[in-house]
Amino acid sequence: MNKRVQHYLGGCVTGVLLLAASLQTAQAGTVKVGAIFAVTGPASFLGGPEARSAEMVVEKINKAGGINGNTIELIVKDSAGSSEKAVSFAKQLIEEDKVVAIIGPSTSGESMAVKKIAEEGKTLLISCAAAEVIVDPVASYVFKTPQKDSFAAQKIFEEMQRLKISTIAIAAGNDGFGKAGKEQLEKMAPTFGIKVAASETYDSKATDLSALVAKLKADPAIGAVINWSVVPAQAIIAKNMRQAGWNVPLFQSHGFGNIKYAEAAGAAAEGIIFPCGRLLIVDSLADNNPQKGLLIQYKSEYEAKYKEDASAFGGYAFDAINMVVAAIKKAGNDRAKVRDAVEGLTKFPGVGGIFSFTPQDHNGLDIDSFAMLTVKDGKFIPYKGQ
Amino acid sequence: MSLDLFFQYLFAGITYGSIYAIVAIGFNIIYNATGIINFAQGEFVMLGGMISISLLQFMPLPLAIAGAVVITMGIGALIEILFIRWLESPSVLRLIIITIGISILLRELALHVWGESIRSLPYFYGNEITTFSLGSVHLSPQVMWVITACAVMVGGLNVFFKGTPIGREMRACAANRTAAMLCGINTRNMVTLSFMLSAGIGALAGCVMSPITYTQYDSGASLAIKGFTVAILGGLGNSMAAVAAGILLGILEAFSVSVVPLAFQDAISIAILLLILFVKPHGLFGSSEAARLKDF
Repeated sequence: MNKRVQHYLGGCVTGVLLLAASLQTAQAGTVKVGAIFAVTGPASFLGGPEARSAEMVVEKINKAGGINGNTIELIVKDSAGSSEKAVSFAKQLIEEDKVVAIIGPSTSGESMAVKKIAEEGKTLLISCAAAEVIVDPVASYVFKTPQKDSFAAQKIFEEMQRLKISTIAIAAGNDGFGKAGKEQLEKMAPTFGIKVAASETYDSKATDLSALVAKLKADPAIGAVINWSVVPAQAIIAKNMRQAGWNVPLFQSHGFGNIKYAEAAGAAAEGIIFPCGRLLIVDSLADNNPQKGLLIQYKSEYEAKYKEDASAFGGYAFDAINMVVAAIKKAGNDRAKVRDAVEGLTKFPGVGGIFSFTPQDHNGLDIDSFAMLTVKDGKFIPYKGQ
Repeated sequence: MSLDLFFQYLFAGITYGSIYAIVAIGFNIIYNATGIINFAQGEFVMLGGMISISLLQFMPLPLAIAGAVVITMGIGALIEILFIRWLESPSVLRLIIITIGISILLRELALHVWGESIRSLPYFYGNEITTFSLGSVHLSPQVMWVITACAVMVGGLNVFFKGTPIGREMRACAANRTAAMLCGINTRNMVTLSFMLSAGIGALAGCVMSPITYTQYDSGASLAIKGFTVAILGGLGNSMAAVAAGILLGILEAFSVSVVPLAFQDAISIAILLLILFVKPHGLFGSSEAARLKDF
């Protein structure tokens, strides 16, 4: 009897010891990566696919045994698009969770708010927001994956020159994305010899823009409209223009890069021209395109897992997490070394383009990362002029 | 300003205005029955749009809209029974806070059920680019649907409140709750009914405007603010005044585009609201005497 109890106790002790040991190894073998995305709120169309893409990548890597035997723990924080929340989450991730790197935030406003915190906390931040100011001036710990606004504007103006359009109107939402785009467009138009006849700002939550369209249409000199906003306004302006019987070309920002928006605008989306990464036209890419394999892989995995169309936005986070993973593979669980490893990435194929970082360029993409797309029969196809 | 542009602005304004007016009518019905502002009214509009879009996969459009209206009315009744009915003589402030809580609850529920993407019903007639022309003014047929729906609702409510026994009981309840109760009217049921009615009206509004404005889980909040502004502007509790005030505000907003950027639209409507509250606190069409009776 006594012996049996002893035996039993002995078993218990061994069990506890074993458990403790296994816990310890699990802790030692975990690399924490933080993520701040606007999963809910007004920018949820960005943050939702971003969070899902990042989770998908991490899950896949962990299933395959992790990085050098270490599993990744992705800590996703929902900022709901608020800069204040993004700031406090960034502090929490850096100081309490001791993450090796942070991906996100989703919007430009949040990224600018978090930029200083990442820099002071000496923690790698790979933003998934578009604005150029995030990486210009360069902060040593801050990178970003989406293509620069200025490349999008440049692409659009080049296309206009080809179409011999000389006078345009700009319409933009009154959020961070719209404001930054509008400034960029107004600044760059003169260098392409294009005159901005009207520049209008509207509420980014506007539900109808027919009055604005009527005002712009009244000026017969306007040969094209550039709209810089997020959903649903970019579908609404397309509808209101066509309903008013106004058939000048409508250019949109790279924010139009989700087939759902083309579906939302329905017949009014036909002929919209916009710059975007190549994810949306992957089927029409040449087989020797260095991005093609990766794009097909991302698109098919995402669509199989979440039963929704892959968008360029999810691709931003997909690229960001892959960069962090590549850097951890090389540099281990060390913040400064991971940062150096990301800066050292060259010819790194991503959904957004082929990234080559330098100490001066923390975006790493060139203008060829954009292609011009248009909508035909409800589908995105490469734009080849009229 | 050319005549064409004038009419184009005018019709844009009437479109906005009709949408605001329908939301404002929903506010008024509940205000009349209970004396509170139901800040979840915008969520009823969102629910109507979302439910009809989901139902459309299983049934034709008219049935989907009817189904959405009935389901939203059920939700309205449920909310009243769960959160309001059992309160013993609650203060107005407490009720308002409760409705704000309900609106947040409904919004979050919608986020979980439908996700963050934008959806819309198809155009009832034609598609996104169908227009008909009045002279050189182009109009989408959906605009006509919104205006017609608004007119039918106001007409229907008038008949309901003036011509049917239940409508008269609701009015009696609004005029003097204690007296109505002494006459044998079940005032609690009338309050439930008012929630159902305004939920149904909100849902119908959500359906007819969905092709124009799109529906998203959080589209209710901004609509509620506009509807509230219009309800105050017209004079709380008066549905005809709400329509007039809605169209007036819509037209003002549309014409303001020619002078200031569209982004100031909301600033203009809020400035008008403040002005009215200072100068004529009972609304453009409300009388101070009636308002005093109400408070009593």
